Formats: sequence, structure tokens, C-alpha cells
Amino acid sequence: MASTFDTVANIISETCDIERDKITPESHAIDDLGIDSLDFLDIAFAIDKAFGIKLPLEQWTQEVNDGKASTEQYFVLKNLCARIDDLIAAKGATA
Amino acid sequence: MRLEYFLLIDRIADLNLADRTIRVDATVPEKSTIFEGHFPGYPLMPGVLLIETMAQTSGWLIIALTRFTRMPFFAAVKEAKLRSFVTPGQKLSVAASMVHEGSGFAMTKAQIRQGGKLVAGAELTFRVVEFPNPDFRASMEKLAAEIAFPTEALTNA
Repeated sequence: MASTFDTVANIISETCDIERDKITPESHAIDDLGIDSLDFLDIAFAIDKAFGIKLPLEQWTQEVNDGKASTEQYFVLKNLCARIDDLIAAKGATA
Repeated sequence: MRLEYFLLIDRIADLNLADRTIRVDATVPEKSTIFEGHFPGYPLMPGVLLIETMAQTSGWLIIALTRFTRMPFFAAVKEAKLRSFVTPGQKLSVAASMVHEGSGFAMTKAQIRQGGKLVAGAELTFRVVEFPNPDFRASMEKLAAEIAFPTEALTNA
């Protein structure tokens, strides 16, 4: 079974036409991979569908804008994958 | 349609919140200065306005599904296909369905039919945000009434 990171990296590679080997767990989606907010909607859609979750993008964006979080917390891929795993676990807990 | 006001749908014919679908009626005007340029002697509804028609149809679906609390703004279009010419006076039926309601965004699929024949289709992405101010929301509510937006369906849902 593919890891969360593998699934996310494949989604990013296919959606944004980025070479797969350029995408690492330490990659920052915006600063390193050059993904803009509109591209990220396509990625969020694919992630939401692949994992059966809803990435809380609005909440994350608000926290970053309010200075309560850094972009790294959500957009460095290893951190994004950790958030995805948390959402999957939360979904499982309420099922 | 009132092309000069960029209002491209006439009436909401059907809105199904459970299925997350909408169908609207839109009639291309017989005359418009747009047709004088597009094209002189061969008037055609511009493809980009057909895409906008699908976007407005989708937009009303999103407004309905968010119970008139959020405003969609057209952000991206994919797989737009303009299959047949659309000419002045033609009556169109435009349908849209929700593909995905994300956090702060939505994706829909829409099709335009004329006389039962598929003439256009597209996949559309919207940013969905709170209304920027109450006056704007009030204006949209007024517009909604003009196109028979079933406001009572939202309160009963």
C-alpha cells in the first residue's frame, strides 16, 4: 500500500507536471515546488478524493495570515502528510 | 440573457440540493452589439460567454448549497468544449452538478443543451468565500429573486 507521502507526491507530480524525483518530504509546496494557490486547489481536490477527507485549507490560510502558524507547518510535504494522517485518523474515530 | 449586464441566465428551472444539481434556462438575445463584432454578417454567441453561462449556473448552485452564506468566484476552467455554434434567439438549457465541495473552493461540471443537443461543456473551479460586505449579499439576493431562485428551498432544507 502506498504511503501517504507517495500518494501526495504522485498527485503533485501529475497535477502540476513536476518531476517526481524533485518532490521530497522536505519539499515546501509553495517555496520549493512553485505551486501557487490556484494550483493547490487542484491538489487539494485530488487529496480530498484520494483520502476521503477535506483539507481545512481556509483554516490553515487564516492561521498563517494571522501569524498563528507558519507556511512550513502545512505546506512542507512531510508536515502536510502528517496533517492528512491526522484527518484520516479523526475520520476513522468518528465513523 | 442580458448581455450588456453580463447576466447570462434567465431563470432557475430546477434546483436539487440533495443531488447537488441545478438546471437553468437562458435565451440568447436576437440582437446585441456583441453580435455586430462576433461576427459581422454571421452572428454567433462567443464561446467564452457560453463558458461564463456555465460558470453563472454553477455559481447559483454553490450559493444554494452554502445557503446563501458564501459567494463563489470563478477561478479556473478545464476541458471546455464548444461543440456547436450557438446563434441569436436560441433557447438554451444549462445544467451543472457539484463535483467537489472543498474548504474554500468548489468544483462543478456543466453542460449546455440546445434543442436537446449538447452544445458545450466544461469543468469549473470556484473560490468560495464569505460575502465581502452585506450590501453585496443584498444585491445578490435581489438578483436571485429576478431569476426565480427558490429561496424557500434553502430554509426548508
